[in-house]
Amino acid sequence: MTFDLWMYVKAFAVGGALCAVGEALCLKTGWTPARILVGYILTGVALSAFGLYTPLVDFAGAGASVPLTGFGHSLCQGVIHAVQERGWIGAFCGGLTATAGGIAAAIFFGTIVAVFCKPHMKGK
Amino acid sequence: MNRKHIRTDPAAYEQMTRQASPPSRMVQGVFRAFWVGGVVCIIGQLAAETGVQLMKMTPADGYCFAAIILVLLTAILTGAGVFDRIGQYAGAGAFVPITGFANAMVSPALEFRREGMVLGLGAKLFTIAGPVLVYGIGASVLVGLVYAIIFS
Repeated sequence: MTFDLWMYVKAFAVGGALCAVGEALCLKTGWTPARILVGYILTGVALSAFGLYTPLVDFAGAGASVPLTGFGHSLCQGVIHAVQERGWIGAFCGGLTATAGGIAAAIFFGTIVAVFCKPHMKGK
Repeated sequence: MNRKHIRTDPAAYEQMTRQASPPSRMVQGVFRAFWVGGVVCIIGQLAAETGVQLMKMTPADGYCFAAIILVLLTAILTGAGVFDRIGQYAGAGAFVPITGFANAMVSPALEFRREGMVLGLGAKLFTIAGPVLVYGIGASVLVGLVYAIIFS
């Protein structure tokens, strides 16, 4: 297994920067995390639609794909590729196909954990 | 405590807290979000490269694998009650990556399980993930339809 240290540095820097911007937004505007997440996913879809997010993923790898903007990017690219292959129906089929892994994993592992773990007191 | 002397409205109170809190709160919060978020992405990169190099996945599947690994880790840490503490420390560093999406599903599901398996666990999985999916999927369908119209 080859180990490209520079790629990890880029992933750390870009991923960290995206999170830092989110935190700054959170502190400045007082928006809830849910609002920031919706903002991030819409930003990802928009940037990806104009072809601006793919170069960032090529550059930073997981640093760009792991933040929620990357989730929006996957949705958008999935839709675009599906439309290219299958026509307009791809607009409805492509997005969830591309992001199914993360969503299904969250539902599956989330359900298992919720069934087998006890809730913890929050904020204490 | 003489409460009568504190006459204020929410806006004025917010300004008072902003003046009273040290300016470094911003710097500290952003720094914490940066390094924790960066570390989460390094874990993601490690998982993606493991998938591509050792398990012969395509790059796209590698990133999907990284997302699944991070979601699994988050679910375990949320169940163990550790993720809340990471979230309190790192703020956006914990909730902007896919870990935040996963935590937003697991945490309410865990909390509302006692309200039943269907309307408790099943419904509350999507309290925060719901809006994210609604707007994300909605926007992507819009992009797809516009794309189909332009290029057909």
